[in-house]
Amino acid sequence: MAQTRKQMLVDPLVDNNPITLQVLGICSALAVTSSLKVAFVMALAVIFVTGFSSMFISMLRNHIPGSIRIIVQMVIIASLVILVDQILRAYAFEISKTLSVFVGLIITNCIVMGRAEAFAMKNPPVASFIDGVGNGMGYGLILMLVGVIRELFGSGSLFGVTILQTVNNGGWYVPNGMLLLPPSAFFIIGLIIWAFRTWKPDQVEEREFKIQTVEQH
Amino acid sequence: MSDEMTNADAPKGLIGRFLALPTDSVPKTVFVAVTLCLVASMVVSAFAVSLRPIQEVNKAKDKQINILQVAGVYEPGEDIGEAFSAFEPHVLDLATGQFAPDFDATAFDDRAAADDPDLSRELDDDPAGIGRQSNYVTIYLLRQEDGSIDKVILPLHGYGLWSTLYGFIALESNGNDIFGLQFYEHAETPGLGAEVDNPRWKALWSGKKVANDDGIQITVSKSPPPAGVEYHVDALAGATLTSNGVDNLVRFWLGKEGYAPFLENLQAGAI
Repeated sequence: MAQTRKQMLVDPLVDNNPITLQVLGICSALAVTSSLKVAFVMALAVIFVTGFSSMFISMLRNHIPGSIRIIVQMVIIASLVILVDQILRAYAFEISKTLSVFVGLIITNCIVMGRAEAFAMKNPPVASFIDGVGNGMGYGLILMLVGVIRELFGSGSLFGVTILQTVNNGGWYVPNGMLLLPPSAFFIIGLIIWAFRTWKPDQVEEREFKIQTVEQH
Repeated sequence: MSDEMTNADAPKGLIGRFLALPTDSVPKTVFVAVTLCLVASMVVSAFAVSLRPIQEVNKAKDKQINILQVAGVYEPGEDIGEAFSAFEPHVLDLATGQFAPDFDATAFDDRAAADDPDLSRELDDDPAGIGRQSNYVTIYLLRQEDGSIDKVILPLHGYGLWSTLYGFIALESNGNDIFGLQFYEHAETPGLGAEVDNPRWKALWSGKKVANDDGIQITVSKSPPPAGVEYHVDALAGATLTSNGVDNLVRFWLGKEGYAPFLENLQAGAI
């Protein structure tokens, strides 16, 4: 195998990040990053689901008929997501209420299916598990980055602990309410992608077409 | 299950024979589909059933927190059970507006009662979209230190856009001034209908009035009703159907099919 296990785990964090390089899983990244605690739980849930779904799919890969391949993957992913949802409802009820539908929507997160289809169908279980966890962590890393910015500047706190005392509570900090709204996550993720690609110019995609310059007569 | 198909030439038993079939053959496809579905459904149901008791406890606690919040006495971090003990549960007979002491108020299950033909009735006129209404509901009284009623907390529910919203309305002891409204269970669209949980929208309810001499006036709508702004809660932008649902359910439950007899008794001092 060309990659070592450590590489497989670390690569998706920056060099091959599912959000910034592959631009997958954006929808849930917008919805669950307004507070860090929720983003953290969501990241853990996605790491769990990508890791174990890749592992189980890899274990079954030689027995999965091509014609029902996607459905088999979906059944495995969906079952794991329901487990996560049930466990959250039992042990983290408040957070599960905040996450509401977004736990269920992990099923449709492109990262999970992407790793199942691109990696787990062709590689042994342990490698697939590590690859899944790595990609889940790559997703989680961006989620946490966005969460830190949004919670710190949107409500002046981190993990619910007040850092910047807001004006409403008698402090000096005027919170930026826009950061609590989903569009702000778009801007932040865009800026993070820009920063990553400035730092690692290899990640810049080639232009699919060149803008023509029209000769003037 | 073996990872690689190295043992495929020596299949054992029924499962082994299926596993040895060519992967893309029809019997193998059917076998994989059926087995996977069976295994997945068993795992999911095992988890759901074994975690249900813990989830029920969470739900019950969440309901108590919501009652504390709607009455404006919730403080984060306090002991919920102890704070909740200040509330006096009663089973109310909706038709008479009097308490029904035959039922144990701490154990009465409103939702189970709504499905029990002996304790409920089918609604002909059903603006809240609830189908059957229980004849008895559990309400909560919060008393002042001198024993007089401070607030009454009444449960209500009705259909929004996607789901039935379950909540509580807290009224002052005069039975006409609204202290607060809060939903503890719904599945409306996050960001749109789910904004019924937005503290700023919930705050709009405080200080509104239910009815005047001409009957129920409180309404959730775009513009205030002729009765005046104290009977008006602004509808949620982008969530017309959820707002309509809340409007219908509040008016239904505070109306004559709901708490009107009880509120009359309350105003007459008969509670």
